[in-house]
Amino acid sequence: MEWLTLTIDGREVSVPKGTTVLDACRMNNIPIPTLCHAPELTSAGACRLCVVQIEGMRNLPPSCVTQVAQGMKVETQNPKVRNARKTILELLVANHPLDCMTCQKMGDCSLAEYAYDYGVTGTVYQGEKRCLPIDDGNPFILRDPNKCILCGKCIKACTEIQGKSILDFSFRGFDTQVGPAFNLPYNESDCDFCGSCVSVCPVGALTEKQMAGKGRPWEVSKVQTTCPFCGVGCNFDLNVKDGKVIGVTSNPEVPVNGKALCVKGRFGMDMIYSDNRITTPLIRKNGELVPAEWDEALDLVATKLGEIKKTYGPNSIAALSSAHCTNEENYLMQKFMRAVIGTNNVDHCART
Amino acid sequence: MTNSINEIPNVKAMFVIGSNPTEAHPVIGTKMKQALAKGAKLIVADPRCIDLAEHADVWLRLRPGTDIALINGIMNIILANEWENKEFIAERTEGFEKVREAVQQYTPEVVSKITGVPVEQLQEAAKIYATAERASIFYTLGITEHTCGTDNVMSLANLAMLTGNIGKESSGVNPMRGQNNVQGACDMGALPNVYPGYQQVASPEVRAKFEAAWGVPLDPNPGFMIPDMFGAAVSKDLRALYVMGEDPVITDADANHVRKGLEALDFLVVQEIFLSETAKLADVVLPGASFAEKTGTFTNTERRVQMVNQAIKPIGNAKTDGEIICELATRMGYPFNYESSAEVMQEISKLAPQFGGITHERLGTQGLQWPVPHAEHPGTKFLHEGKFNRGKGLFMAIENQLPAEMPDEEYPFLLNTGRKLSHYNVFTQHSPSLGDHSPEELAEVNPSDAKKLGIEDGEVVQVASRRGELKTKVKVTERVPEGMVFMTLHYFDSPTNVLTNGAYDKVTKTYEYKVCGVKISKIN
Ligand code: SF4
Ligand code: SF4
Ligand code: SF4
Ligand code: FES
Repeated sequence: MEWLTLTIDGREVSVPKGTTVLDACRMNNIPIPTLCHAPELTSAGACRLCVVQIEGMRNLPPSCVTQVAQGMKVETQNPKVRNARKTILELLVANHPLDCMTCQKMGDCSLAEYAYDYGVTGTVYQGEKRCLPIDDGNPFILRDPNKCILCGKCIKACTEIQGKSILDFSFRGFDTQVGPAFNLPYNESDCDFCGSCVSVCPVGALTEKQMAGKGRPWEVSKVQTTCPFCGVGCNFDLNVKDGKVIGVTSNPEVPVNGKALCVKGRFGMDMIYSDNRITTPLIRKNGELVPAEWDEALDLVATKLGEIKKTYGPNSIAALSSAHCTNEENYLMQKFMRAVIGTNNVDHCART
Repeated sequence: MTNSINEIPNVKAMFVIGSNPTEAHPVIGTKMKQALAKGAKLIVADPRCIDLAEHADVWLRLRPGTDIALINGIMNIILANEWENKEFIAERTEGFEKVREAVQQYTPEVVSKITGVPVEQLQEAAKIYATAERASIFYTLGITEHTCGTDNVMSLANLAMLTGNIGKESSGVNPMRGQNNVQGACDMGALPNVYPGYQQVASPEVRAKFEAAWGVPLDPNPGFMIPDMFGAAVSKDLRALYVMGEDPVITDADANHVRKGLEALDFLVVQEIFLSETAKLADVVLPGASFAEKTGTFTNTERRVQMVNQAIKPIGNAKTDGEIICELATRMGYPFNYESSAEVMQEISKLAPQFGGITHERLGTQGLQWPVPHAEHPGTKFLHEGKFNRGKGLFMAIENQLPAEMPDEEYPFLLNTGRKLSHYNVFTQHSPSLGDHSPEELAEVNPSDAKKLGIEDGEVVQVASRRGELKTKVKVTERVPEGMVFMTLHYFDSPTNVLTNGAYDKVTKTYEYKVCGVKISKIN
């Protein structure tokens, strides 16, 4: 691999050929604000927030689409660069709703983070605010077009991750919107509800409906785990607040799927709290299943299985283990049947 | 799978047969679309116009149950054009001559007649698959859920070996496992003939090893497979059944037969998280915990063992399935004293060689793909590199066979079953939002059949087979060919498995879910 040397803010660093200036900075822990860039998507250079100064270049180029060249001298924080970024942010904030205190994205919003960092007040430009209807006609995704900063990331996620092309720009100028083509609501489009668009949106324009009002990012602990639904084995973070799962967010570091998930993994976790959950042991008495204590239920099962084994032999007992349970539980089940009961009568629905 | 999921975007030619990945394995479906965006070619073999068929270079709309003829036909074309990989065949396989002979009679014309696929499409598919730099086959239950499922799988292995498309990065034969941990349940020996790690119950040395580890004598005879259990219950050879986390009344074929078996038992214990149809028949129901409430591991379809981490306490009075089994074992006089599931994994790694180097600690956030024979081993990305498990790959001559029950005058429609995107078996019905999004069965019927029957889109009809009947709403669509109805397995109100045939493959005893005869009648 060919390596190139460049100077960033006076520091000499080496990166492999083909690296962008943005990645070179990030590899060396130099922060650059970005709104339209995501590592898993192609770069468009649309928002220009990532601009830097490069010696010998007249304008300030966006670092996410500029390749490193040997000997390049880059400045990422000088007043000219910071001012350019601030102006972009002022313009974005000028027509952005400022209901941050009740916005679901608060605490995880890139626009708010950068506005804070750059001292953006929202008073420099007096922009017209949009007043568009919110799309909440489906059970999964809330779309508030008033908060959209037109970064285009959701459009790319839909095409490049999901292989669909549901989303696009509609209208022009001040009226420009991003959403399902022809500005349809999500539930009237061909959307798969994979939620990849939600996972890349930097602001509160696309959020998970089920999580609305359930918890703030800083109140939530994230537990990485494996999806319980299909054999792809996607991983994601369960978001937990006060001992309750409030939803799922994707985690770009996981091995199989990165940020991609399907509708079941991303939005099906309300099954944990389904009304159909059994929360206490049940024993059949006079033909009815009635609640019982654990000790009573376990003693009954142990006694009954013991009796049947004694009377009819171990092979009169069988078990169905489970493709939903963990490896450890399946191991214990087959060991229980083989070593405790004494039979090889153990199988599971391997074939569905 | 022989390959890894993240090798898919680099495949040059994909042959997807009997599988609907964008709905049944959605994130694998998206990886396939990423491969397409990078210029990969796609062959789809499916009687239904599945989503991927619309993106395919060639869509082979074969008659259900004619997979073997199709594959033999493709091999015939490959040989006729000398597209086979002679070096691979000579060095890494045996038995090739028998297959060459067997496929001779499967000329494109003969195969076109059997399968209904035009000759030109057969030729195009053979060319794409055989001449690509890295080709991979992907299949699921559309191949295995037949009385000839094992033979279907062997046919695909023949095709891969013929062209040397196996044992390489982004090139192999990839069965995609359905449920989240079906791979792991098999690996762990939740099967009547093998101990953990696929070690044979029938082998005296293996048995001696497990007897020493567990400290008790073990039964040398393999046990019942699921389809045998219900019959054995009716004949009173089986008296008690302990069901953990499965709902056979809904998910097994010929549901009425299953129910009869369960009702004949002296004692039925069901350990479940939801009050399932099977649980409603139980003598004792034990509440298990969901995946969010426990720590352990699942193994995905690419053999990656990954952590399941506890996020919340069990709901109500529920306990994890592992805890319940341990308590029962202890009460029955064989104490299971495990501090944690990590300790159970330590025991597994000592007994199952593929898991030798696996500990919860090593799995961390990235998991490991078995085989992981020892503590320093990095895991195995793809299988059969350089050699097959048995040494040389064995070609097997396979002849076409008809499904056990084909449509006839009385039951003129062919019922095909499968999954849809928003649900997973019956499990996801318990998610209010997914239930809301996709609330009911919509049996797919071709417009010309609908016209003949005088039924309309959205109408509720009766569907009956020799084994049972149900009511379902109908969706009139070109997605299914004439003479076929398609239904899913997701809905309690239209329990498709009262219709399906309990006939099964002679080796794996997998039910023939994919083909049976039904009739459709209008409800007045
Ligand atoms: S949910 Fe998925 S399919 Fe739907 S618009 Fe977003 S990215 Fe596209
Ligand atoms: S919805 Fe979000 S991701 Fe999409 S363009 Fe608007 S701000 Fe960007
Ligand atoms: S998120 Fe979807 S594709 Fe991924 S494992 Fe779960 S069900 Fe399968
Ligand atoms: S992040 Fe570089 S232009 Fe938007």
